[in-house]
Amino acid sequence: MYRYDEFDHAFVSARVEQFRDQVQRRLSGELAEDAFKPLRLMNGVYLQLHAYMLRVAIPYGTLSSRQMRMLAHIARKYDRGYGHFTTRQNIQYNWPRLSDTPDILKDLASVEMHALQTSGNCIRNVTADHFAGAAADEVADPRPYAEILRQWSSVHPEFSFLPRKFKIAVTGAERDRAAIQVHDIGLHLKKDDNGKLGFAVYVGGGQGRTPMIAKKIRDFLPEEDLLSYTTAIMRVYNLHGRRDNKYKARIKILVHETGAEELARQVEVEFASLKDTELKLPDADIQAIASYFAPPALPNRAEGWGNLARWKKADDGFAQWVHQNVQPHKHPDYGMVTISLKPIGGIPGDATDSQMDVVADIAEEYAFDEIRVSHEQNLILPHVALADLEPVYRALVAAGLATANAGLITDIIACPGLDYCALANARSIPVAQEISNRFGSFERQAEIGELKIKISGCINACGHHHVGHIGLLGVEKKGAELYQITLGGSGDENTSIGEIIGRGFEPEKVTDAVETIVDTYLGLRRDKSETFLEAYRRVGPQPFKDALYGGGAQEAA
Amino acid sequence: MVSKVLTANRLADGISVWLDASGNWVESLQEAFIARHAEAVAALEATGKAAFADNKVVDVNVVDVEEVDGILRPLRMRERIRAEGPSIAYAPGYHGLAGPKNFAA
Repeated sequence: MYRYDEFDHAFVSARVEQFRDQVQRRLSGELAEDAFKPLRLMNGVYLQLHAYMLRVAIPYGTLSSRQMRMLAHIARKYDRGYGHFTTRQNIQYNWPRLSDTPDILKDLASVEMHALQTSGNCIRNVTADHFAGAAADEVADPRPYAEILRQWSSVHPEFSFLPRKFKIAVTGAERDRAAIQVHDIGLHLKKDDNGKLGFAVYVGGGQGRTPMIAKKIRDFLPEEDLLSYTTAIMRVYNLHGRRDNKYKARIKILVHETGAEELARQVEVEFASLKDTELKLPDADIQAIASYFAPPALPNRAEGWGNLARWKKADDGFAQWVHQNVQPHKHPDYGMVTISLKPIGGIPGDATDSQMDVVADIAEEYAFDEIRVSHEQNLILPHVALADLEPVYRALVAAGLATANAGLITDIIACPGLDYCALANARSIPVAQEISNRFGSFERQAEIGELKIKISGCINACGHHHVGHIGLLGVEKKGAELYQITLGGSGDENTSIGEIIGRGFEPEKVTDAVETIVDTYLGLRRDKSETFLEAYRRVGPQPFKDALYGGGAQEAA
Repeated sequence: MVSKVLTANRLADGISVWLDASGNWVESLQEAFIARHAEAVAALEATGKAAFADNKVVDVNVVDVEEVDGILRPLRMRERIRAEGPSIAYAPGYHGLAGPKNFAA
């Protein structure tokens, strides 16, 4: 993985000391809140309902054991013993003291981490496929390009005060596991007919109050043009993006109002003037960055096949976990392990300090010291020999981390909601917990098959409800919580925005409503191989409306 | 009129606090000074502005409450959760709003 050079170390350390000075001046009263607020946000410090919140960047979701141990240390020393992994592959701490934040950032810097650009109207943490570098279906590892974009966008003087925040995602496989079509820029790494690497470029996707699917404005952009073309997009956006209305300031609105064809034309004009400048990526630079992401040397471990069959036969729990949470690796003797942070009835994305330490230990011993955070709020061990799966499983079971539910109905994305967030209108976590408990048995989940539930506590959609197969949006109506249900959303290569199914449900009725939807699906699917999403796309919303509201389906709340 | 209390977050650690009758910022809503008429509300607002300007607290707000059997209960769920903490057992030893002070539901 990428290692800081001298410039990076000096830059991050200087920013820590700069922020320490700013915090001291704030606490002494020398700096007023209005002046300080944008400074703390630039360093990832928010004020939430109960306390400050610190959001730490995990570039493209990749971590070493040493870094994970530091995240555990911070949870233990400065917070309340846990952290929350987010849909941007980051981690949030819910209880840090402002006065401690400079020390936290210093500790992070000691393991080459920071909290820069995790807030504000700048280019945020670049996300990537969490199986990058390991997936069997990958054309190439997208992370070197994510790292190039990270370096280019860090404190970029031209793009630090954009009309609104800006999110970029990169994937290296046809199967989109990074939800690129709901990003401001989505990059699909691919090869042309000559085997040359480049990108399909999508622009103007996003969720929030106006969900939009990104438009493809380039079918193939050669890799050396990545920065010049991205700069061209940013310039068009920075110039024409709306600054008069916060709710219309994202690039998706510009794309929508301008039209993708015209926007692409404007980008091409800018690109023509940038194409042969210093922004053109020399092959040597790409190779230099790519070398940081060289896969570990994976020795053949063919004995794993026999062991695995034997272990599965002897232990149903292990067999279920392997079936659900282990995906094929590009090396046949290895697998990619999803560590579910969705225990039945638990808080999606939360991990305690000791769980983080356990994951770090396992990664060090069995997984080449590499950990990923997925945008689905789970952790990933990308390289585990089949021959080591049993001891990995045992260690995870002991830490409460072996729930066999990756991709199933209890693998729920949920934002912090009104339990923590100052923007939320309704709670998300208790809803997720109740649904998780209702569908907790493995047999029932397996019978239902792939089904992604995503829950947001407000229209900002941090819980990605628009792309949930079943999406739940919490709203406040007459002082009480109400949950609007959308169906048919998806954040993969066939992205779709879910449709509102009808009037909302009170908290005590929403789990029953979800169960009605699931039962309706089970009753109408052609056979077990037809997933919920496939069935919904085939039959449309009416059977679900009828089941939820009776014959005369009602209007949306 | 609806009773009101003054709330904010403490500058140094961000913890939710309420103004008590002695002019101190305390961590329990139940100890808050209750304004029951317009003059008292105006005094709360003035105190809040001064405390913000004095860099003691941030995010200062006057919020509506009701008294039920001697217990103060904010009218908005947002404020109830601010007063009682997350409604979920988020960390070992914490039981959310399941205890005797449960008023979020």
